[in-house]
Amino acid sequence: MNGKDEEKNYMNIVEMTATQLAAAIRTGETTAVEATEAVLARIEEEDKKYNCYVTVDRDGALAQAKKVQAQIETGDLTGPLAGVPVAVKDNICTEGLLTTCSSRILHNFVPTYTAEAVKNLHKAGAVILGKTNMDEFAMGSTTETSAYGPTKNPRNTAHVPGGSSGGSAAAVAAGECIYAIGSDTGGSIRQPASYCGVVGMKPTYGTVSRYGLIAYGSSLDQIGPLTKDVTDCAAVLAALASHDPKDSTSVSREDTDFSTALTEDVKGLRIGIPNDYLGEGLNDEVRTAVLQAADVLKEKGAVVERFDLSLVEYAIPAYYTIAAAEASSNLERFDGIKYGYRTEAYAGLHNMYKKSRSEGFGEEVKRRIMLGSFVLSSGYYDAYYLKALKVKALIKKAFDEAFAKYDLILGPVAPTTAPKLGESLSDPIQMYLGDIYTIAVNLAGLPGISVPCGQDDRGLPIGLQLIGDCFQEKKLLRVAYTYEQHGKKF
Amino acid sequence: MANIISDETIEYVGILAKLELSDEEKEKAKSDMGRMLDYIDKLGELDTTDVEPMSHVFPVENVFREDIVTNGDEKERLLSNAPQEKDGMFVVPRTFE
Repeated sequence: MNGKDEEKNYMNIVEMTATQLAAAIRTGETTAVEATEAVLARIEEEDKKYNCYVTVDRDGALAQAKKVQAQIETGDLTGPLAGVPVAVKDNICTEGLLTTCSSRILHNFVPTYTAEAVKNLHKAGAVILGKTNMDEFAMGSTTETSAYGPTKNPRNTAHVPGGSSGGSAAAVAAGECIYAIGSDTGGSIRQPASYCGVVGMKPTYGTVSRYGLIAYGSSLDQIGPLTKDVTDCAAVLAALASHDPKDSTSVSREDTDFSTALTEDVKGLRIGIPNDYLGEGLNDEVRTAVLQAADVLKEKGAVVERFDLSLVEYAIPAYYTIAAAEASSNLERFDGIKYGYRTEAYAGLHNMYKKSRSEGFGEEVKRRIMLGSFVLSSGYYDAYYLKALKVKALIKKAFDEAFAKYDLILGPVAPTTAPKLGESLSDPIQMYLGDIYTIAVNLAGLPGISVPCGQDDRGLPIGLQLIGDCFQEKKLLRVAYTYEQHGKKF
Repeated sequence: MANIISDETIEYVGILAKLELSDEEKEKAKSDMGRMLDYIDKLGELDTTDVEPMSHVFPVENVFREDIVTNGDEKERLLSNAPQEKDGMFVVPRTFE
């Protein structure tokens, strides 16, 4: 092949979806090694602009690709993702590969084991390219709290990619991976997917093992896919889902063959749009795009109605109480003794703990640890933490009532498109308000998907959110797929 | 601002959180936490009498397993992540005087 043809071929590969690329590898049109080289070349070319990755594992990826290619040729690997290069969020442990959580405190942490979700990807024949940038410890909505610099939105580099899985979403959008995985505690997969114009799904709590996911808010955290289309999303979710005895909240699900849901069929399906999701604070262009998407589904035979979900404005305060409480407890383990950063000079054990943590954690992480420590402290526990858990029960009940009437809920992912870099961090509460449509989904353990449904006048993508009852991923994928087939491409 | 966080409270929370904040950070933490608590106080508008606190969305029970070691000896690899190690042990500052 001459240089020009090679270049053309590379261009082609980075634009393929995961299922297209796996098919091309299966039929011998290309190989896992060639695909990996193509994506690594794209990273080399583009990542200086976007900063999607904290670590690129060039040699490791090529070695995996060779091994996977051999297994494909012998017929040992036949799945829909075999040979396809993937990016992994940097809070998901990978044995022998630096895992920083985008924090200074884990700047040198090399895990001795691999997260179950990543093991599942290996079984499916994935090639791990490297680790993607994120908000430090997944605390943030813009990927600007990373200790390794912000990621930029590939659709417009003056804007954030969203967060906390901003590196994963941006890498998919920029062709710096074929698909990626992220984690979603309050919208951290769906919101960056929306801002970057890709598909992102947060599965039902317990569907994907959290073993090896560095914990933030354990009762809310869930790993999920970020992909170029709904077909890939189904394939990746099928690969990720498994019952894992090492995660005591892991759920044993009978049917994880999510690709069977990819049919164009929404006839008679009842879809509810919460009036509370269209109210004050929602940008007009976002509202229009989301309602147009609802019209597409209506034309295809779905019954679309407005309803009052209620309690929406209580989700954010309940969430930040619970998430901060769990974070303050989970992040106690970073003590400068067993791994990670230790301060240079200290006087005694406690001073070493305090100095290591204070120097190792960034501002937003410290803010949440302080708040969490306070709401869990004696005298305030009932008033704040227990109260939030009671409100969580009420929110769950409101969703139960909604799902008695509707098959799924439709709305925006975020009130606006991606903000400009540097505009969000100065006012934390304002930033937290941006999570209003995604956060209740985590509190109630529900599955949610973000699908591109338009763009604003500046060309920034808009996402459509579909929310299902627990374990109804197939319904979400079916509706998302139907929309994707009939909606315009964005 | 309804919630005024005192110096004593920030001191105390700093001990619980094992964080050492500079004077400037303390002032900021006081105002940040006050604002967050004002916001969280919104939850007080809801009547939650007789509502059971929900920590987990599914009815789950304790998950038990036999206490059998399944992983191998990872001592060397684990210690290689330690900021300081000596003779196969983590080095910590003196804890007893």
